Amino acid sequence: MSDTNGNLLALSGVSKRYGGVRALSNVDFACRRGSIHAVLGENGAGKSTLIKIISGVVQPDEGGMTLDGRPVVFPTPHAANAAGIVCIFQELSLMPDLSVADNISITTPPRRFGMIDRAAQRRRAEELLARVGCDDINPLMLVKNLPLSRRQMVEIAKALGRDPKLLILDEATSALTAADVSKVYTILHGLRDQGLSLLYISHRMHEIEELADTCSVFRNGSHIDTFPKGSRNDEQIVQMMIGREWHNTYPVKPLHNETLKPALEVSHLNWDNRLTDISFAVGRGEVVGLGGLDGQGQRELLLALFGVLRGVSGSVAIDGRKRHIGSPAQAKNPNVGLALIPEDRKTEGLMLPMGVGDNISMAALGAMTRGLVVDRAIEDRKIAEMVAKLKIKFGRLSDPVATLSGGNQQKVVIAKWLLTGARVILLNDPTRGIDVGTKQELYQLLRDLADAGTAILFYSTDYDELVGCCDRVLILYDGRVARELAGGAITEENIVAASLNLSLPAAAATASAGIRA
Amino acid sequence: MRDLRLRLSQGVGLWVALGLFVVLYVIYSTLHPKGWSVDVLVQNSNESFALILVAMAQTVPVLTGGIDLSVGPMMTLTNCVASTVVSGTPGQIVLGILMSLATGALAGFVNGCVVVFGRIQPIIATLATGAVYLGIALFLRPTPGGKIDDNLSWVTTNAMAEMDTTYGWFPDGAPGWFAHGVGRLPVPILLLALIVLLVWVPFKNTVTGRGCYAIGSAEGAAYMSGLNVGRSKLAAYTMGGLFAGFGGLYLAIQTGSGNADIPQSGGYTLQSIAAVVIGGTSLFGGTGGAFGSLVGAMVLRAISFCFRVFDADSPVGFLANPLLQPIFEGLILLLAVSIGAARVFRVKNRLSLFT
Repeated sequence: MSDTNGNLLALSGVSKRYGGVRALSNVDFACRRGSIHAVLGENGAGKSTLIKIISGVVQPDEGGMTLDGRPVVFPTPHAANAAGIVCIFQELSLMPDLSVADNISITTPPRRFGMIDRAAQRRRAEELLARVGCDDINPLMLVKNLPLSRRQMVEIAKALGRDPKLLILDEATSALTAADVSKVYTILHGLRDQGLSLLYISHRMHEIEELADTCSVFRNGSHIDTFPKGSRNDEQIVQMMIGREWHNTYPVKPLHNETLKPALEVSHLNWDNRLTDISFAVGRGEVVGLGGLDGQGQRELLLALFGVLRGVSGSVAIDGRKRHIGSPAQAKNPNVGLALIPEDRKTEGLMLPMGVGDNISMAALGAMTRGLVVDRAIEDRKIAEMVAKLKIKFGRLSDPVATLSGGNQQKVVIAKWLLTGARVILLNDPTRGIDVGTKQELYQLLRDLADAGTAILFYSTDYDELVGCCDRVLILYDGRVARELAGGAITEENIVAASLNLSLPAAAATASAGIRA
Repeated sequence: MRDLRLRLSQGVGLWVALGLFVVLYVIYSTLHPKGWSVDVLVQNSNESFALILVAMAQTVPVLTGGIDLSVGPMMTLTNCVASTVVSGTPGQIVLGILMSLATGALAGFVNGCVVVFGRIQPIIATLATGAVYLGIALFLRPTPGGKIDDNLSWVTTNAMAEMDTTYGWFPDGAPGWFAHGVGRLPVPILLLALIVLLVWVPFKNTVTGRGCYAIGSAEGAAYMSGLNVGRSKLAAYTMGGLFAGFGGLYLAIQTGSGNADIPQSGGYTLQSIAAVVIGGTSLFGGTGGAFGSLVGAMVLRAISFCFRVFDADSPVGFLANPLLQPIFEGLILLLAVSIGAARVFRVKNRLSLFT
């Protein structure tokens, strides 16, 4: 059976579930020889699952793949590699302790008498690096001593060295400098002209305009549409990316008539090229959202505020007083009163084998001691208060917190930080992986806390949530505050457009001005 | 030139260890009444051989990010096996040597299987298998004893010249290059060189050996690059067993007997870890190598040599006190390890310290 459409790879009826979450449902997808195919979609639209299936990292639950018209199954990345499918992942696949040359030839180095021929390996690395225009990199350097942008070029050289038929680039240009980006474009266009297929995942619209021949949009695990570049305008594409079936209900936002007293003021925050000149304020009783695409510096910003990062410049003031926050212990000190609900509750939020009660009181034990020992009576009373307030469901207080459902685990993390009496609460995507009911409770809780005078800074990857919960939203792009949206200007369209760093429709732009000076 | 500087800067740990060894050994040889002589060199290399091999054995699993607590027991087991098979006709001796080495390699392979297929953390897997190996050794040799071919013992633990006197290599008298050159080299040092050049260097330069470094550096990335992770790990533990086997075999040849000495076995295991670290191999895996551990083991031995030669009446006479030796070994280990820990000062995200 030969494929007459010029398709190199075709997927039909592919579905994938992770536990109860549908990552891909019944997807048909094809990419042609000699073309650059861009895949677009929101966070969690199923793009990365698609790539993982194509490159053999995960197996589809249903459906099949054909390569050159023949059905194929890739049980491992190695099998996909052997078939000519090479993937450049977002998280780099380089070994930091090995040299550049070692990394480039890691699986199939040139050999003499069964042993790796170092001289030949070095020449090969030099050739490939020259091909991507990076002859300044010494192949003997260790990868860990290279800056991120150079590493990404090494990654591309490594991929080229494997003679791909289908090259997948997953956000492969996110860390490149402008000069490198144009080199990469030239290379990619050259590869296309040689008849390769390229799958290109990027969140940068202008890149897609410059590179892609064909675009496919994914949403909620479904393949929505595929069209030639230029046949849809930006607004239509954004609309395709967000169109949603259901909406959460959110607590009513209060009207803040008078100017709020700022609880948290951040000015000119910088860190390691990843955060650039970030200034903003969060008022008492205000819920401020952090939006934008994954990995634009939101996580780093929260960590910087919480004293986790080293070498942060700029100043942070709490309730009008400048504070130096050098560690989480200083951040939670009652004088400062910061709390961070971390991104990964399993590793950063909870001591999984310890009991529910022990976890809840963990951060506030200092306030419960009498003399040198923890006063169990006070501790039990406070834990009981929190359990009642957050309606945490569990068997016994001594049960390991690992036995709770995701939603209840998240409530335990929040209870832990509420007990410290924090004045400013930072949340890093707190509703990821929890059920709809608990989400609603969390939204209400955030609003209640705000009404009681707490300042809340809330990073979410779910745009709907930002629209529903926040009084203002800051959109981060490339480590900067790209835009601030307030009041009626907080709409999904505006958030998506700002996240892609597109200019806003005129009406929205005026709405965002003047609400808050 | 730039390449050379790069290579030097990428193996700082090894160079520090080498420098440390040279300093210690120069002090020792200078203070020793018979210093700088072949006899002393022969004696020192004999005393170091087993530890060096056990340290090299430890290195390979450590490079993959694992650890092998059974290197001492594997050495002891091979020692006991060798004491029963390495004697008789030349053919039997050769067969016995091969059997001993196979014992070590097999024990290492079993470790690898438990780690790779049993998916058990290396530290506990090898603690358990190590106890088993000691048990077998004890079963083979309830009391110290056994027999090793006398000629073999004699020539392997002396200078090359004894090869001639024992086996009559040069019936017409040794030529000059042998009598004044090769003949003065201690056999254990030549054996070490052969093991490094014929076993370690080739292994390091295979895809499987490269894979060991890749796994220790970033196991996820190694898997995603399509490397055979399981095979590299199996090979790493098997190499560990083989090196430990060389160590045990040499111990048997050196002492002419087998001894299931449990405290000695534990001591070797712990010292092997110290030697690996001093030699510049990271306990997180990914960087270093068996040659570094060889130097690391020599540093440890040189420290104890030095304690023998300090004059009790000299200003540094307190160093002659053997009771202080563990303290100095500990301090030197701490010093060597601190150099490797300096990276912590460059970490920008403190969370990455915990992952």
